Amino acid sequence: MAQLNPGAGSGPEHSPGAAADAAVARILAATVHPPAGAPRGVVVDSPPGAGKSTLVVRAARELVGAGERLMIVAQTNGQVDDLVGRLAEKAPELTIGRLHAADSRPGPEVLKHANVTPSDKVADLVEHDVVISTSAKWQWVRAEAPWRHAIVDEAYQMRSDALLAVARLFERALFVGDPGQLDPFTVVGTEQWAGLSYDPSGSAVVTMLAHNPQIEPHRLPVSWRLPASAAPLISRAFYPYTPFRSGTGPGDRLLTAAVRPDGSALDAVIDRAAEHGWALLELPARHTVRTDPQAVAAVAATVRRLLDRGLTAHSEQGEAPLTADRIAVGTAHRDQAAAVRAALLKAGVPVDGTVGPAVTVDTANRLQGREYDVTVVLHPLSGRPDATAFHLETGRLCVLASRHRHACIVVARAGIAELLDEHPSTEPVQLGVPVAFPDGWEANHQVLAHLSGHRVRLR
Amino acid sequence: MSLLTTLARLEAVRSGRAEPLATVRHRHLSERPMVLVPLTTAGESGAPLAVMLGTDRDAPRLHLVPQPLNRTLRFDFLAELAADLLPYLESFAEDVEQIEGSEKDPETGEKTQVFRELCADAPQLIVPNGAGVHHLALIGRSTRFRRTAEDAEPGPYPAPLRVPLLGRWLTHLTDRAQVPGSSLLLPMTGLLSRHWATGQSHLEDQHLAARLAWHDPPEGLGGARAAELVETGRDEHGQLLHPPAGPATDPRFDEFVLGPAISRYDAAVTALQHAAEQRDGTAAERARAAVRAAVDQLEQVLTAVLLPTWRDVWRGLELLRALPSAGHLEERWTGDRWSYTGHRDRLAAGEPPQPRQDDAVTAARKLAQREREQTRLDVQEALDDPLAMAEHRLAGEAFAGVVADVVLEYDTTGRSPKPRPLVTLHTADRPHADLGREVHRVHGPSTQKAEIVAVDPAEGTITVRVLSGMGRKKEPEPGSLPEPGEPVTFTLFELTVRQSAPLPEPDDTPWTHGGPPGAASVPAAPASEEWE
Repeated sequence: MAQLNPGAGSGPEHSPGAAADAAVARILAATVHPPAGAPRGVVVDSPPGAGKSTLVVRAARELVGAGERLMIVAQTNGQVDDLVGRLAEKAPELTIGRLHAADSRPGPEVLKHANVTPSDKVADLVEHDVVISTSAKWQWVRAEAPWRHAIVDEAYQMRSDALLAVARLFERALFVGDPGQLDPFTVVGTEQWAGLSYDPSGSAVVTMLAHNPQIEPHRLPVSWRLPASAAPLISRAFYPYTPFRSGTGPGDRLLTAAVRPDGSALDAVIDRAAEHGWALLELPARHTVRTDPQAVAAVAATVRRLLDRGLTAHSEQGEAPLTADRIAVGTAHRDQAAAVRAALLKAGVPVDGTVGPAVTVDTANRLQGREYDVTVVLHPLSGRPDATAFHLETGRLCVLASRHRHACIVVARAGIAELLDEHPSTEPVQLGVPVAFPDGWEANHQVLAHLSGHRVRLR
Repeated sequence: MSLLTTLARLEAVRSGRAEPLATVRHRHLSERPMVLVPLTTAGESGAPLAVMLGTDRDAPRLHLVPQPLNRTLRFDFLAELAADLLPYLESFAEDVEQIEGSEKDPETGEKTQVFRELCADAPQLIVPNGAGVHHLALIGRSTRFRRTAEDAEPGPYPAPLRVPLLGRWLTHLTDRAQVPGSSLLLPMTGLLSRHWATGQSHLEDQHLAARLAWHDPPEGLGGARAAELVETGRDEHGQLLHPPAGPATDPRFDEFVLGPAISRYDAAVTALQHAAEQRDGTAAERARAAVRAAVDQLEQVLTAVLLPTWRDVWRGLELLRALPSAGHLEERWTGDRWSYTGHRDRLAAGEPPQPRQDDAVTAARKLAQREREQTRLDVQEALDDPLAMAEHRLAGEAFAGVVADVVLEYDTTGRSPKPRPLVTLHTADRPHADLGREVHRVHGPSTQKAEIVAVDPAEGTITVRVLSGMGRKKEPEPGSLPEPGEPVTFTLFELTVRQSAPLPEPDDTPWTHGGPPGAASVPAAPASEEWE
């Protein structure tokens, strides 16, 4: 658990490492040795990069160490494969069953571990220490002998109706997730159930907490991913009532370039990002189609230039060259991601991860839980004539702005602040629905105000 | 809004007329629909004012509440409405067909043949707009729990006998209307905007008459101008020439026409009561005539504001009927017939009215059903209509082209070689086609899967390897593969709808969702309200 105690900060009792360790110890005690009469669920709210996955691995080890068999529920196949890989590596003594759907085999990197057994039938796996699958697959499992313990990962992304279908499988559960990320969604109307404690389209954790009010959520207080330049802004803008801090101090993370800047706006933006952790590449104001060709080209050119400048990332983990697989591009829509991918291919940047290191280009939904050194973000409101609830969603911006260990470059058309002012939130107020703070409008303004201090104009 | 819809709206702006968004009709239309135009009273949510309804365009029937705040009059109105509407809703219950199915014996596991009744047809209600659907839902909610004289404890104000039944039907119909692709209760504006684009905003499209103005604008007048005239044109008394389609009425109508008419009615009723107290026969006779006259006048003014909308709804039906019906309508309508039959059976079995709020399991089941039906609707519309498929092609989720080449190859990894032919097609489409991505053939002889093996945007070719749907022999079944020169379409999305995962029974609701909904959901005593 070296990552949990990097020794940064002022004194031992106030160091981020000590604070995080204390929080983790409390969570593990509540999970593994619950006092008599304790509620059946333990909830952990984790800001971006606060060691959520590490916590899941530790909890799994300790539960198995205490003689329990364990089921783990994650939300996507990618998350399951990530978790299996991490568990197999960090806990080689565990036998791990990877339960998968009949028509989707797990990735090859998962199967290379000797202690992982894949199967599409739960009967083949029940004797394993840990069985991991997606909530979609767990819903179909008919088990005679339910597990006593479950860990639900990315629980805030899980829909209430999915939890309803799987809760019969376990007696107690540890719910781990990031409340600031994207809420689950549906394509059909659900106003009918708004305000009900078990609104099936709501988040699983919200439903569970509403029915078990005695549960006090635990918090992980330190983000190990976000640098000192990012944690205060993300904490203030997206987690105003549950603040967290960075595990590293100013200057602990550095980006250095081998190639000197050529005086272009792109290099200026890269240098700003390297120095301050944030940069805004601003294109002239204009209403555009969703796949704004100029903005897409600017994103692609920035990535190309990031690779060409021979950047090196220095951090508490040592130094490493900034290769393509350490860069991600985030967008709001899938067609934007496709357009960026096409533009990157044209610029000779690899985007296909199956054939070597490649830049990840994806939507906010799919970048959840991922971590990179540098991210380039196409602002969800760039070039739009209106600010809809989708584009204002707090979680979307939060995901996009909190994937990086070093720097985040935002590409946007000018005029977003004015756009926000012209489109105050007008969603109808539903009785019984807790008001979400901060709303996307406010969070967008906060982030924008901070970015405007690091603006480079592209003409 | 999809790119194609945006384009159609732009074209509508240029041409000044509504432009088609579909080549076929995507919703079932009954032979004998019941058109229903409701009006509500300003100031009280869901308070009915009047309804015009009927199955004959030339014979609309009007029901109204002369004093909308008076609960007795309101329930008289609801009784009238029930007497008018319920026979129509129930008229489909008798004619049934027997559907064969099998049922598993829970103990022996043996399958036995069973027959279930399915009503041969089902009712269909057409209202002007989405707000009309909402209004019917409110009426359903406010009436289905009412006690009648037949109840053990009827309470101080028993409702007329058939009113709770009306509430249960309206609740069922409005709930079913939430299911994508269902057709038991449809708003006309929704029907029209699925099939045609206008050059105005979605908000403006909610105004039925303004929408229709784009369909046949007067000579020399574009759709935009015609719609504006419909929305704003007023007569010399300041009244709209074309009243809104409801359920809300125009405030100036309320102020200058409806309000005074209701006041006259109130005055006449007061005079009648006074006369009755004084036992003054002639005054009572005079007052009764005044009440009748006041009601007559209300009928007259409400007919005047309802008739234009009534005609608009029928005009909309006429437009929609001109479109050929889509291939999958029959299948989806069968779902509506099952829904109708199910409600009929629940009523016959004496089940209690639908609860005030769904329990956790029911809500999750409904959500799963709606999501499943939404997927089914999207797939079926794409299969039925090249314009709908074009939206998917533009979004990169499908591609159509002409087969250039078919090369027979084999998968020899198994015991016997299996055909895995390569099909190359010429296409101008640019799908989000990652290599190895699974695609599905549209309108093939059987369901057929393939995977993308090569994409050449410069040449405009895509090569796929066909994986299934070729029979079990070494050679692909004749006709199972497309021939060179044949047009084919593949989609990146599945063409069948996946089943939803099983949910627990309501009595097995887990601790995360509050446990079984048992005693906690005893309905609270009805809120007291001022009755008359």
